Amino acid sequence: MAGPAKSSRVIVVGGGLAGLAGTVRIAEAGIPVDLFSLVPVKRSHSVCAQGGINACNDVARQQGYSEYEHFDETIYGGDFLADQHPVLEMANWAPRIIDLLDRMGVPFNRTSEGFRDLRLFGGSLFKRTHFAGATTGQQLIYALDEQVRRYEAEGRVTKHEFWEFLWPVIDDASGRCVGIVAQDLRTMQIRAFRADAVVMATGGCGLVFGKSTMSVMCTGAAAARCFQAGVWYGNPEMIQVHPTAIPGADKTRLMSESARGEGGRVWVPRRKGDSRRPRDIPDEDRYYFLEERYPAYKNLVPRDIATREIFSVCVNEGLGVAGGRQVYLDLTHLPSSTHHKLEGILEIYKKFVGDDPQHEPMRIFPSVHYSMGGLYTTFTPGSYAPASPREKHKSGSASPIDNRIGQGMQPGAVNNAMTNVPGLYAFGEANFAYHGANRLGANALLSCIFDGLFCGQSVVSFVQGEAASAPSAGLPQGLFERFVQQEEAKARRLLDTTSAPQDDPATNPYVIHRELGDEMTDACTVVKTESRLQQAWKKVADLKDRYARVRLGDAASWTNQTFSYTRAVGDMLVLAEALTLASIQRKESRGAHYRSDFPDRNDDQFMKTSLCKWDASSRQVKLEFIPIDASLIRPKKRDYTGKDSSAVAGGAAEKRVAVGASA
Amino acid sequence: MTTAAPTAAPTAARAQQPKLGRTVIFRILRSDGPDKPQRWESFKVTINERGANVISCLQQIAANPVTTDGRRTTPVVWDSGCLEEVCGACTMVINGKVRQSCSCLMDEYCPNDGDTITLEPMTKFPVVRDLWVDRARVFHNLKRVKAWVPIDGTYYLGPGPKESPQQQDTRYVLSTCMSCGCCLEACPQFNLETDQQAWDSAFIGAHAISQARLFNMHDTGKSLEKLRLDELSGPGGVSECGNAQNCVKVCPKHIPLTESIAAVGRAVTVHNLKQFFTGR
Repeated sequence: MAGPAKSSRVIVVGGGLAGLAGTVRIAEAGIPVDLFSLVPVKRSHSVCAQGGINACNDVARQQGYSEYEHFDETIYGGDFLADQHPVLEMANWAPRIIDLLDRMGVPFNRTSEGFRDLRLFGGSLFKRTHFAGATTGQQLIYALDEQVRRYEAEGRVTKHEFWEFLWPVIDDASGRCVGIVAQDLRTMQIRAFRADAVVMATGGCGLVFGKSTMSVMCTGAAAARCFQAGVWYGNPEMIQVHPTAIPGADKTRLMSESARGEGGRVWVPRRKGDSRRPRDIPDEDRYYFLEERYPAYKNLVPRDIATREIFSVCVNEGLGVAGGRQVYLDLTHLPSSTHHKLEGILEIYKKFVGDDPQHEPMRIFPSVHYSMGGLYTTFTPGSYAPASPREKHKSGSASPIDNRIGQGMQPGAVNNAMTNVPGLYAFGEANFAYHGANRLGANALLSCIFDGLFCGQSVVSFVQGEAASAPSAGLPQGLFERFVQQEEAKARRLLDTTSAPQDDPATNPYVIHRELGDEMTDACTVVKTESRLQQAWKKVADLKDRYARVRLGDAASWTNQTFSYTRAVGDMLVLAEALTLASIQRKESRGAHYRSDFPDRNDDQFMKTSLCKWDASSRQVKLEFIPIDASLIRPKKRDYTGKDSSAVAGGAAEKRVAVGASA
Repeated sequence: MTTAAPTAAPTAARAQQPKLGRTVIFRILRSDGPDKPQRWESFKVTINERGANVISCLQQIAANPVTTDGRRTTPVVWDSGCLEEVCGACTMVINGKVRQSCSCLMDEYCPNDGDTITLEPMTKFPVVRDLWVDRARVFHNLKRVKAWVPIDGTYYLGPGPKESPQQQDTRYVLSTCMSCGCCLEACPQFNLETDQQAWDSAFIGAHAISQARLFNMHDTGKSLEKLRLDELSGPGGVSECGNAQNCVKVCPKHIPLTESIAAVGRAVTVHNLKQFFTGR
């Protein structure tokens, strides 16, 4: 039951970087925020981000780098799938975001003179990544968590932790999102909450793949529920497989790109079946395949490319370490001061594998890591409107425009980051924008905080404008109660299954999820083909059928985790269907989506967003391709193999050495 | 006593890798809710994978929750998140010692066929169900010490204060505290308190004292130093630390908690003297 609201309120679902940044911005504007999270917000998945956050900075700027080049790298790295104006705005905002985080007390690493230190990251020839050890995500989310705690203490933010989002409340009359239904995971109480705008900042969907680098709550269920309520979903097939993760029994664990940014090298023995210990293999017998194949970018090619190379070296060329699916990520040659900067991740490797990466090369393999796709959102383009798209920016050359805000997106426009449902916004990884077909390393933290701060202003505009004329507080109680009853009925259906016998694996939710994860990982990640995808399509249909007969093993009316998990498995199956369908229909290769039967990019047909809509009557996913905004940079074939880095980057390669020499 | 030595001492037997296919016994202290009786249940788990940890075993149990005496029961409830020891969620008492369960590897804890491992919920926080406890007080205590930098708002106002790499290094370590509560579980002065009204006068704990030190070190953060020291010189403040030094031994992030307590203790003494002589 929803209580009466005295004034406007906003609901933010998800307390990671995007949700917290949005909460701070909206609360600061004087609008009370109800913040919902499955976990205490400080434990959100953003803590797992390691390497850093990108932004143009004073040093790189004097070497020829610019916000515009950051924008260009992001579009190019994303293989021309992202709408371009929002990415421009994000790149222009980036330095301001770093300064703000700095003011909040984030312990960014420092040069000897006390300035913020920088490291090199993938897809760029300039040092433009700011970092706090190798636990940057943890440090950023703590800073925002602290600001939100301050607002909570002042009564401007109400936290609802251990509450699960179940459904958006959409008013039939206006089509507006006016609240949510959520469930307390301890008492299992289901109730509605009113709001004049709702922000979904619920992260990615790694658990669809079973094991991934993501946290256990990253099921994608919240986004999938919005999708089934009529919100469009964009580019579900664009899943980032990170090149360097440690395989594990319960999940895979990330080994940050910063390990390579700080000089780590990826290699395998040149000779198949070379059983010598890595330290006994001399340099000439080591195959530094990324360095040989990409002489300018070396180990820092974009992630989709590094992943495919590692996969190919192990699977097609049979050169994996000990014949298996693993390659070396070697940091043993680096000085101890560098090891110190990477301590956070070296500790993880030591703890979970047992070997010390300072003395023994790590054994790593690619793993599902990030969802570029997500809820489809719109924007109002900013003031920059060239007569025709410019050619790709030559690295290190003068920027065609300055870095003023408002050139990419119009600040405060109500539709920035808004879904097709008015009043329902998507921030952070749950938002499909910014990263196209492949995300560059250290752009995720940026896009999350940018959404929160920049698009948070759009939420404020919406609440003060359109929503103010018909506040949710004035809507009839019956509207909200209907949605509560809908969710209660679904819950009862699931709980009623506990009376049946529990020992059939075919209807066991844990078994269904495991089979889904295995299938999706095998069919829908590094290399996809029509025949394998069709097989996966059938498998998902089969699993959906089995899920319809799922049996719950716990009837408890208090803190029933199995119930919540099983409900999420159903939503993961919906996302899996969208993911597989889009993978089948996109008959080209672009960024993370690689079809060995269609190895080339096909801009004429597919430089488009794959837009999924849920057909509630048939309970099936429908897909169409819609045009993107490519009005700023003319598409060009993506190629990182150039030999002469000075030609690629205007001599930036030498500058790498000079910058941030404090290490 | 949660700081007792583990009953099955972890052996770093890396030279000889434990055999896959071995069976281990999980003894788990369970309860259906707060104020419900606790009971022990045991489960057999087969270790089939290198890198198996407490989490992967609990996942196995959840998929087929049958006790060692053949009785079907409910899946065990536990709290978890990142499974990389950076979120702090999966903290529990394992073989008598508090730690994160994700980094608790079966090859270390149960290297032999038939080995037993014991899981219990933390004792200083109210149980929600089974191994899941309510640690709201950990976060509440961060409010007591105003653990934030009071910035002027999110509009663009330029960079923050410059900082030496030495100071950054010190602050970074303090800032890796993930509010897991290990230091509180191990502390003889920090006790279970279900009455929220009593939280503000009960011992605040090492983590919050260390956070006060962190924010007092920051150029902008130190503007709230007086308020923090007021709180920490009052009831439940730093003087109630009994110097058992258990906190620093169990901290998974190796935060120098006793150094923080000493530093804040000195600051509180100066603060109190100043107040005594100046009345401010």
